[in-house]
Amino acid sequence: MTVVEVSRHPVRRLGDRVFAGASTGAAITILATLAGVAIFLTVEGVPGILASPDEVKSGESFLPYVGPLVFGTLLAAAIALVIAVPVSIGVALFISHYAPRRLAAVMGYLIDLLAAVPSVVYGLWGIGFLAGKLVAPYGWLEEHLGFLPFFAGPASATGRTILTVGIVLAVMILPIMTAICREVFLQTPRLHEEAALALGATRWEMARLAVFPHARSGIISGAMLGLGRALGETMAVAMVLSASGVVSWNLISSTNPSTIAANIALSFKEASGLTVNALVASGLVLFVITFVVNVAARLVVDRRKDFSGADA
Amino acid sequence: MATSIDVSDLNIYYGDFLAVEGVTIPIAARSVTAFIGPSGCGKSTFLRSLNRMHEVVRGARVEGKVLVDGEDLYGDDVDPVDVRRMVGMVFQRPNPFPTMSIYDNVLAGQRLNSKRMKKTDADDAVERALRSAGLWAEVKDRLDRPGSGLSGGQQQRLCIARAISVEPEVLLMDEPCSALDPISTIVIEDLIHELKAQYTIVIVTHNMQQAARVSDTTAFFNLAGVGMPGRLVEHGATEKIFSNPDESATEAYIQGRFG
Ligand SMILES: Nc1ncnc2c1ncn2[C@@H]1O[C@H](COP(=O)(O)OP(=O)(O)O)[C@@H](O)[C@H]1O
Ligand SMILES: [Mg+2]
Repeated sequence: MTVVEVSRHPVRRLGDRVFAGASTGAAITILATLAGVAIFLTVEGVPGILASPDEVKSGESFLPYVGPLVFGTLLAAAIALVIAVPVSIGVALFISHYAPRRLAAVMGYLIDLLAAVPSVVYGLWGIGFLAGKLVAPYGWLEEHLGFLPFFAGPASATGRTILTVGIVLAVMILPIMTAICREVFLQTPRLHEEAALALGATRWEMARLAVFPHARSGIISGAMLGLGRALGETMAVAMVLSASGVVSWNLISSTNPSTIAANIALSFKEASGLTVNALVASGLVLFVITFVVNVAARLVVDRRKDFSGADA
Repeated sequence: MATSIDVSDLNIYYGDFLAVEGVTIPIAARSVTAFIGPSGCGKSTFLRSLNRMHEVVRGARVEGKVLVDGEDLYGDDVDPVDVRRMVGMVFQRPNPFPTMSIYDNVLAGQRLNSKRMKKTDADDAVERALRSAGLWAEVKDRLDRPGSGLSGGQQQRLCIARAISVEPEVLLMDEPCSALDPISTIVIEDLIHELKAQYTIVIVTHNMQQAARVSDTTAFFNLAGVGMPGRLVEHGATEKIFSNPDESATEAYIQGRFG
């Protein structure tokens, strides 16, 4: 036996030191990259923000130019989220707590597969299949729910509307959100599930008493991941949407706001001079939006920490 | 309101594994029945078959009859959800819902049963359940705080309050004190004494003194051998089982010669 010496500077093993160094290095690299992107966007973007209307292609000053894009970006992402959150929670709960084991495994595998489909494929599906199929439903919505500003119409003849985009985005973000929800649902402590069941809870009531509260922050994280993807999605939106730079709550007409990402993709090739700077500046706006969304989500998750059960 | 239970020829399985075999035992209303026996002999398994929590485990099933007030718990038209509302349960490890306040924990079961409660009714129900569980004085000023912030003994009494707030007829307790300190254990034993005026109580314990202190009837379970199913060896009045049991295995176990 060796005598363990107690020193004021505990000896650290080589492996620990290497790992600590590597992980610190990785963290610094990530922060530096993030800072680099932010600096680039700011330096290149500010001239675009300050440019006068006759120096850029749009012929508008920056705020009126970017306003509708921000609106379109948020609207499309919001539609996607409104559809995807309940569906992903439902599917995930089915897989984790209702489906027989075999079926659950197959569904989990399919969902993971869907997550790997590239967005251009979703774009093709949206324009080649979904848009056409939605023309008739949009007509119905205009006729029966036209009193709501969302469905005021006139309904688009091509179906290439912001609502179609929202649906395509929802389908795109469903797999990742479902996968995250399923993971956290499966981690619900047995202890609390049994507590609920022993009180005479049905399976659905057990989900409400034990599963959802436990999974709350995981659901929010999943939704934020989905939202981030929806906000930044380029190809699918650029392919499906027929955009015309308006601000409108009308979800089914042929005049739709574009989104920041799609607009950059569609305009960048032909842009030059300060127009490029204006596009970069719109990218900076998207960067800020994504950042704010994530901070907001963190705040929501942290607000009821006492009740999170993390230490129970 | 209290209820007697009649178990006859109950076999309990996990998949193909027969865990408990051929249990026949009557359990008297408004009394405390203790299950004792070496670990792994199926005390928890049997207890959980009394409120159909056993079948929550994948592949788990039972054969035989469990009559509660003459009605078979395992009848074709019996919903396990209704059974569990009538037969409450307290677990080995305290398990209050961590995201809920103390107040909401107590009401969790009632909110399942009834649609809407008036605020005053809810307040009364919470106070009544917490008083019965001997916890009211300690928590009345922090009902809105999370239940997970309480000590282990307090959490367990909160779980008892939660279980009795739905006014079940039977209360099952699976080693409710095994995770608690001696003081909290005494508090809960006193509580069991008070609760038996209203409820039929079945408690699993590995602590012989505890069985002797709290129960009227004691049932001794044992394993016939390694890999063999658990069996009910004998049951009877607690004084008799502890002073003059019929079976030598019971005597050996009680005197601490094995287990
Ligand atoms: N969830 C389970 N799945 C399969 N076997 C189990 C499960 N729970 C308990 N068993 C088995 O059933 C037998 C009885 O266990 P248990 O009822 O927990 O005993 P006790 O509570 O008396 O210690 C043991 O052999 C145990 O391994
Ligand atoms: Mg046990």
